Amino acid sequence: MNIQKTAAEETLGFMLPTRRVESFHYTDLRANLKSLGEQAARPEDDATRTMGDSFPRLASDACVLHFYDGHGFERNETLPEGVMVSRDLPDALSADGGADDTIPQINSKITTAGVSIAVAKGKEVTQTIGLAHAHTGAAESIASTRFSITAAEGSTSRFIERQMGRSDANHMTSSAVSLNVQQGAKVEYFIVQQAGVGATHLARLNVTLAQDADLSIFVLNAGGKLVRQEVKIAVNGENANLAIRGVNLVGDNAHIDVTTVLEHNVPHTNAEELFRNVVAGDGHGVFQGQIKVAQPAQKTDAQMACNTLLLTDEGDFSAKPELEIFADDVICAHGATVTDIDDEHMFYMQARGIDQKTARGLLIKAFVDEVVEELEAGEELEEAFTGIIDDWLDANI
Amino acid sequence: MLEIKNLHVRIAEEETEIIKGLDLSVAAGEVAAIMGPNGSGKSTLSYVLAGKEDYEVTEGDILFNGESILEMEPDERAASGVFLAFQYPMEIPGVPTMNFLKAAMNAQRKARDEEEYTTPEFIKTVKAAAGELNIDFNMLKRALNVGFSGGEKKRAEILQMQLLEPKLCVLDETDSGLDIDALKIVSDGVNRLRDPERAFLVITHYQRLLEHIVPDSVHVLYQGRIIESGDKSLALHLEENGYADVIARAA
Ligand SMILES: Nc1ncnc2c1ncn2[C@@H]1O[C@H](COP(=O)(O)OP(=O)(O)O)[C@@H](O)[C@H]1O
Ligand SMILES: [Mg+2]
Repeated sequence: MNIQKTAAEETLGFMLPTRRVESFHYTDLRANLKSLGEQAARPEDDATRTMGDSFPRLASDACVLHFYDGHGFERNETLPEGVMVSRDLPDALSADGGADDTIPQINSKITTAGVSIAVAKGKEVTQTIGLAHAHTGAAESIASTRFSITAAEGSTSRFIERQMGRSDANHMTSSAVSLNVQQGAKVEYFIVQQAGVGATHLARLNVTLAQDADLSIFVLNAGGKLVRQEVKIAVNGENANLAIRGVNLVGDNAHIDVTTVLEHNVPHTNAEELFRNVVAGDGHGVFQGQIKVAQPAQKTDAQMACNTLLLTDEGDFSAKPELEIFADDVICAHGATVTDIDDEHMFYMQARGIDQKTARGLLIKAFVDEVVEELEAGEELEEAFTGIIDDWLDANI
Repeated sequence: MLEIKNLHVRIAEEETEIIKGLDLSVAAGEVAAIMGPNGSGKSTLSYVLAGKEDYEVTEGDILFNGESILEMEPDERAASGVFLAFQYPMEIPGVPTMNFLKAAMNAQRKARDEEEYTTPEFIKTVKAAAGELNIDFNMLKRALNVGFSGGEKKRAEILQMQLLEPKLCVLDETDSGLDIDALKIVSDGVNRLRDPERAFLVITHYQRLLEHIVPDSVHVLYQGRIIESGDKSLALHLEENGYADVIARAA
């Protein structure tokens, strides 16, 4: 069959996956990404000073590296001791997975800005490192970044990668990150996606975990029109410990897809995945959670849960857990639930004078805030995250 | 204060009628007890007063201070002063009791165009009320009713009633699951709230509660109707003789 290439495919030089590619079954990239648009121009320095104004900092003591419309800006924030930053664009993520690696491939074609960050051996960095990307979101514009992070042996560090925008015009943003957590290093990597409702945001986080590494990932999706956040993790060292948690707030007209692939390659590793999702209006949510346990990876303990609150009949959520287990002595469990708000809970709250909107808000908030609490990220950050959730709930339910 | 006229109620989406022509008046300051065998419609009546949407009023009316409340949402009824202490209070995971209390108290204040509580005011008020009801303040930091014992749930209901200062208090089997001490604490709580401007509808199976909360009137609900009304001696009569002869008289 000879398929006519779309404008996007002409620009990229490769075909985009349709629903027939299994990993894109719920997110038809070919149908949704007809054209790519143009690289956004470098904004005036003055203009960038106010671009993030409606997005206050999440961690007051953070050292933030700034990107505006896909361009890096030097703000001379003081780097914490033991943290090295290079402003050179890191190498593209490897894309040997064929169509499954479509997002890294797209990112490699459209990215001109990025940083490489190295956390020195044994350093305990207490300041949060921010990777902030603010978007003007002009119609048919592209703004993309690529980061490479190495947390050396025995180091401790925390990162917040953030997308910020208010544009409802059709625009594209992208992020590709490679994160290398070396032996005994402890990393928290938080992704806060608050792109405008016109954004197509395509993102990939690739991780390798060495022996005794400890990684906590949090994905908060609170924006965008078409979002796909992929997280691919190779657990390569024994006793590595991994938690991936997420809150997906899927608004009316939005399509938000989180796809995780966990490869347990060695014995004695733990992984816990927990996602809580809220779908409003006719939003579509997707969670694909693949866990691969290789034959040598005995004593793997992998738990995965994905719970969704559907607020309307129009919205939907597709959850696809996928276990590929070749070791015999493992504990793997997964569960997915989709519920709506409990009428009895609503009645009880209303019977106390709480109006419907507030009651719903309290119940939804209770449902997702539990994930934030589990992060144990400290009061300031937890409040910042629940604040973003509150703002989203105020605007969307 | 409360006037129920020829009320007919069925379960929405089903044909079965549960309340079948119920008449009842309760004046301001009055404590009216409703007694009746299991399944006679007592909880249904309390839910209909609070505005639960599972029940459909097919005939009759409920007037509260002279105005029909049938078209009002549950939260509007609560704001206008109707309070239901649930027979089975809901457990609400993830919502700390204090947050819930604050939302409820401020929602009602807002609906009545009153100033919202400041946080210190709010905490002080709750602490004082909790103390009177022998409720451990730490319990209120936990999710609402989650893991509370039966007695704790009932006391938490009375705490809410005290904090929300309603005009019409409906207590649905608040005595069930309470030991003697807890019954005393709860009854004292209710008695403290007795007021010429406030009416109570106390639903119970047992005379025991009515020894503590002495009613002005007693009504027997059977098969969706009030079949006999009297003063507190009627409750004593039921305690001694059961419902059989009252039912026989009504037939
Ligand atoms: N939501 C409901 N669905 C089905 N039947 C119900 C429902 N609510 C009440 N009923 C029925 O209505 C009758 C009265 O119940 P209820 O009001 O709970 O009685 P009581 O509180 O006096 O014990 C019972 O036969 C009960 O089974
Ligand atoms: Mg009952």
